[in-house]
Amino acid sequence: MEHGSFTDNSAATFSLTEEDHTLANAVRFTLNQDPRVTFCGYSIPHPSNARVNIRVQTTGDPAREVLKDACQDLMLMCRHVRSGFDKAVEDFKASNAVKAMKIDSQDSDSEESE
Amino acid sequence: MPLFIVEVVRLTEEDMEFDMIGIDAAIANAFRRILIAELPTMAIEKVLIANNTSVVQDEVLAHRLGLIPISVDPRLFEYMSENDQPNEKNTIVFKLHVHCKRGSPRITVKSDELKWLPNGSELIKESRKVASDSASKPETYTSFSCSQDTLPEFANNPIAPKYPDIIISKLGPGQEIELEAHAVKGMGKTHAKWSPVATAWYRMLPEVVLLEEVEDDLAEGLKSKCPVNVFDIEDLGKGKKRATVARPRACTLCRECIRDEEWEKRVAIHRVKDHFIFTIESTGALPPEVLFTEAVKILEDKCERVITELS
Repeated sequence: MEHGSFTDNSAATFSLTEEDHTLANAVRFTLNQDPRVTFCGYSIPHPSNARVNIRVQTTGDPAREVLKDACQDLMLMCRHVRSGFDKAVEDFKASNAVKAMKIDSQDSDSEESE
Repeated sequence: MPLFIVEVVRLTEEDMEFDMIGIDAAIANAFRRILIAELPTMAIEKVLIANNTSVVQDEVLAHRLGLIPISVDPRLFEYMSENDQPNEKNTIVFKLHVHCKRGSPRITVKSDELKWLPNGSELIKESRKVASDSASKPETYTSFSCSQDTLPEFANNPIAPKYPDIIISKLGPGQEIELEAHAVKGMGKTHAKWSPVATAWYRMLPEVVLLEEVEDDLAEGLKSKCPVNVFDIEDLGKGKKRATVARPRACTLCRECIRDEEWEKRVAIHRVKDHFIFTIESTGALPPEVLFTEAVKILEDKCERVITELS
């Protein structure tokens, strides 16, 4: 839900339900990286309600678009993290498998290349 | 995105330790929060007690059963909402029937006594309907349309608690426990029994910097002060020694090295702002590297939800 002015859509407060610091802090960080953003922050009106208010003020672009772009950037970051992590796990498993084989086999010539 | 590196330090079936370099604290914390509270797992929720003459009260027994980790992949099941019937897609049924006979010594009821019932509940519901239905199968507390062990994932590996030696209760002679437990899918947010990690935490890499050259006796003194041997002595020949920082990763930030007078200007301790050392300890439902990948997927899903709400 967006609360803003009808005339000036470069500044708005977005009220998200069923969210907490997990998403809000991450989105706030990606918003800060965007050069179009002059001010951004989030608040939790009451800890018993699962509701987060994210305030975005921009240099002219509609706040809604800027927030959407920030979420897209966050998704890209997550995909990047995932691929980096998967590769690191694979490399680790492969290097461990090689180590185990080296310890097992008595002759050092039989090293398998993965 | 500027340089982002992941290095795995340790990976076993139960826990893993890895480094993430080049990420921000907000994202790292988001992953930690999701790992603890928003990854779904299966845990016992409803316990139907037919007979309990043990010294452990019904509700305490049910509470303990809920906390037992079950070794099954929660992605194979669906959530059960309040209006749903319990069926083979959203419930796992276990049975526990232990009886300590008179004259025999005390029994300890361990979690391997929980037997999986792939065909669903066996307790019969008492219903008002008479005669006309008596020819068909009596109604039980779950409605399984097919047996769960026909599914390929469970055909040869039965569902069981991850650790078979968890003590549930103790029985004296003549005491009996007979109950049926239904496990459903849930998230750590609702109750900690649904958390897939024993815990998950991160710390930032400590950075220990020697501001001045620390030589000879001072070097020896510095090395002996540190309880985890962060410093090492380097021989420069001609009897001169110098202290170097060998293992900053082991530093626990106890600040012993800067406690005394004058050391503050020789040693500086701070943390590297974007180097996170994550440790994930799994309770057994999923291996830790799968847990982390699922957590990242969940963060992506949250972003997508926001985007669709905005559009």
